[in-house]
Amino acid sequence: MSAVSRSSHLSQPSHVAFDEVSHQFEDIEQQREAYVVGMWAFLVTEIMFFGAVFLIYTVYRTLNHAAFYEAHKQLDIGLGTLNTFILLTSSLTMALAVHWAQVRNRRAQIMALTSTLGLAGAFIVVKAIEYSHKFAHHLFPGGNFVYPDASIADQARLFFSLYFGATGLHALHVVVGMLVIGAMLTRALRDRDARADYIPVEMTGLYWHFVDIVWIFLFPLLYLIPR
Amino acid sequence: MSAHSEAGTPVGASPETSAVSSHRSEPSYLSAGHTLRSWLFTLDHKRIAILYLITISAFFVVGGLAAGAVRVELISPRGTFMSNEVYNRMFTLHGVVMIFFFLIPAIPAILGNFLVPLMVGARDLAFPRLNLLSYYLYLAGGLLALTAAVTGGVDTGWTFYTPYSTFYSSSQVTMTIAGAFIAGFSSIATGINFIVTIHKMRAPGLTWFRLPLFIWAHYATSIIIVLGTPVVAITLLLVVAERVFHIGVFDPRYGGDPVLFQHLFWFYSHPAVYIMILPAMGVISEVIACFARKRVFGYHFVAGSSLAIAVLGFLVWGHHMFVSGQSMYAGMVFSFLSFLVAIPSAVKVFNWTATIYKGSVSFDAPMLFVFCFIGLFLIGGLTGLFLASLATDVHLTHTYFVVAHFHYVMVGGAISAYFAGLHFWWPKITGRMYPEVIARITAVILFMGFHLTFLPQFLMGFAGMPRRYHYYPPEFQTLHVMSTAGATVMAIAYLLPVIYLVWSLKYGRVASANPWNATGLEWQIPSPPPTHNFDEVPVVTGEPYDYEHLALSENEEADGTRAAVPRPQLDPAARGGAA
Amino acid sequence: MHGSQHSHVIPIAVYLRSFVALMALLVLTIAASHVPLGTGVSSALAFTIALIKAVIVVLYFMHVRYGTRLVWVWSAVGFFWLIIMFAITLSDYVFRSIVRVQGWQ
Repeated sequence: MSAVSRSSHLSQPSHVAFDEVSHQFEDIEQQREAYVVGMWAFLVTEIMFFGAVFLIYTVYRTLNHAAFYEAHKQLDIGLGTLNTFILLTSSLTMALAVHWAQVRNRRAQIMALTSTLGLAGAFIVVKAIEYSHKFAHHLFPGGNFVYPDASIADQARLFFSLYFGATGLHALHVVVGMLVIGAMLTRALRDRDARADYIPVEMTGLYWHFVDIVWIFLFPLLYLIPR
Repeated sequence: MSAHSEAGTPVGASPETSAVSSHRSEPSYLSAGHTLRSWLFTLDHKRIAILYLITISAFFVVGGLAAGAVRVELISPRGTFMSNEVYNRMFTLHGVVMIFFFLIPAIPAILGNFLVPLMVGARDLAFPRLNLLSYYLYLAGGLLALTAAVTGGVDTGWTFYTPYSTFYSSSQVTMTIAGAFIAGFSSIATGINFIVTIHKMRAPGLTWFRLPLFIWAHYATSIIIVLGTPVVAITLLLVVAERVFHIGVFDPRYGGDPVLFQHLFWFYSHPAVYIMILPAMGVISEVIACFARKRVFGYHFVAGSSLAIAVLGFLVWGHHMFVSGQSMYAGMVFSFLSFLVAIPSAVKVFNWTATIYKGSVSFDAPMLFVFCFIGLFLIGGLTGLFLASLATDVHLTHTYFVVAHFHYVMVGGAISAYFAGLHFWWPKITGRMYPEVIARITAVILFMGFHLTFLPQFLMGFAGMPRRYHYYPPEFQTLHVMSTAGATVMAIAYLLPVIYLVWSLKYGRVASANPWNATGLEWQIPSPPPTHNFDEVPVVTGEPYDYEHLALSENEEADGTRAAVPRPQLDPAARGGAA
Repeated sequence: MHGSQHSHVIPIAVYLRSFVALMALLVLTIAASHVPLGTGVSSALAFTIALIKAVIVVLYFMHVRYGTRLVWVWSAVGFFWLIIMFAITLSDYVFRSIVRVQGWQ
């Protein structure tokens, strides 16, 4: 009839710098799964966030299909494909970084994180080149938007609003991802004895793969509109 | 978010002292530090709940003053002291503050924050730093919205409908939206924290169907928050982009569709009313079982109905849009689905009344607030059926009928429950009892004042008085004056608890660990609880709300002992005998 | 609930195979976009390929295939809710364009 104590957080060894269990958790496994479930709950919010963008896009593309088809020809499909390739590859290197964090191969983990960071940077550079072309051609839907074919200028404006809105939000997520990956890299560089828990890297990976998934859908929706 | 960086959390007592001494000696969370810093940077969910309590109460005052100003203005058919512009800004301020900064966070962020870890037998929420972050996001969002209010205000109504909000309004729409946007992240953070805590941190033996219904309600609420809030976030972001860049997403001039804005807005904002009412229903279930001294009738159905409301709540948003230009067939589907929400809501109300039936009911203040809730929520819910019907809604929409309906649910329902919960757990939170007599009087005043305020609004709305109008035909004046008089009575009922609850902090009777003789893990630890809640992880062996059995064993229960925590399952024969 | 599932280390070969599949699907989706199949079929095909790619990423790169049931549920709920949001909102647009009611709109 008496309450029994399962384990006490106060008995955790205090000399372990990493791999430590926060006081509110019973053990490392509970903590790990809590973080993974929490990350997934966060990703659910991200799914709904981008999902609403996709919904808006779907509605307007269905209503103005012909105009969207014409407008999408202004996009550079080569650069879009290149960016898809870059981002998919960065997902691979991120997955490998998690793998090497799990098996505590510090050198390989640092290499994989660096590659991921480099690929993410490359993605942003390509995106910037694309954006600068659009700005140069007055295709940014601000004050001086000019579309060559005046008869569909309004719908084209809508297309480019959605293009800049969706890819801009995605690029923002890429930049945030780069900051987090950079933090993971710093953490790995400092962790000379490779004792750090892999879960932070795993969570970074989950986030990064989600960013990849968003692009997986954005690419055909924006760049590959059928006639 | 990284695991290792959580490690720096300060521990209230050193390992040696808490290991050798009894649990009584660990200081309560209130005395774990007295510096301002120990409060503003605390990671203790109980202290964060107190921060929320203070801040949310301040916003409640702001929203209440705005409501008072609107009511005073409407005493006369041509207005009394405001210009049209100021009037529009005033009701918008009332709506924005009350919805985004009071009703949505009130019960989850204050009572939920305090009680969810206690009720599941955990030392804290899963992510304490995220919890603190959510408080500061809430504060930042709220201050931004208030800044917008004092630097010009916003006149779109809390719904920010396009194209008025994107193209025509010259008020502080952008800043107000930024405030609501940031507050949205605050509630997402709280929602994620609750979900993970409820999934992963339940004490041994605390299975899903042994959880208090308060936890079920908060779980359902968190699901709505996580699924809905991002959608309104992106929608409001696009409104701002439209204002700044004229991107045309919701602008009919460029082929955009304002009705799409309404779809996305109500995809969140209809479920948001369940974010406001579900935690309230959780409070009711706890209080009613305690003061009827009975287990909640149909526990499984009450728990399931929380999830059913959360799910069905996402399918009915179009009933806000019957006259917006959505297709008639969508309207019919939405109308039908809206009626379905009445089923789980009714399940709850019937089960609560069945819980009272043949219970040994005592009429302490929390219970009076519960009766207040049931009466007001019943009227609010039933008038909702008028608005869910496609045909009657065309007549009633945008009238005071709608205003009265949602105030019966939100103010009559959610705020009554909030007061019920605040009084019920006040001894646990502060370690002091509130003054009982005046609290009971307050509950009665609230009930009277509420009806006087909002019953006339049903009549006005039915007679065709549109909402949000500044000037009105003189024949409505009698009803408007009644409503304003009622608002004055309500103001007294809201002011009194502020006075006597603060008074009780110093002069209230010292509360015991379990003054209501209630079940539930939170009552098995001292009042106020120690920083780490449980120094031994409790093991749960029986159902919640085992009040019949508690009555039998009341004599054995010495104060402060843990004997009541692991309670054996009643065998069915004994249960039949008790009934 | 079991820790062993969580610390499950997935062989590098699985990641490499997933990557090859993703690349093949990328080539496929670009190739398919050059084939005139009609608006509906082409759009559906492009979406299906994107969906397959996403599922590969979720199952293998994000380890859901090896995750607990709780992770399964939480990884599915967002996508499921999107279907609800899309279905209900789009049904309004579909009915608005094909059904005109006298005196309505």
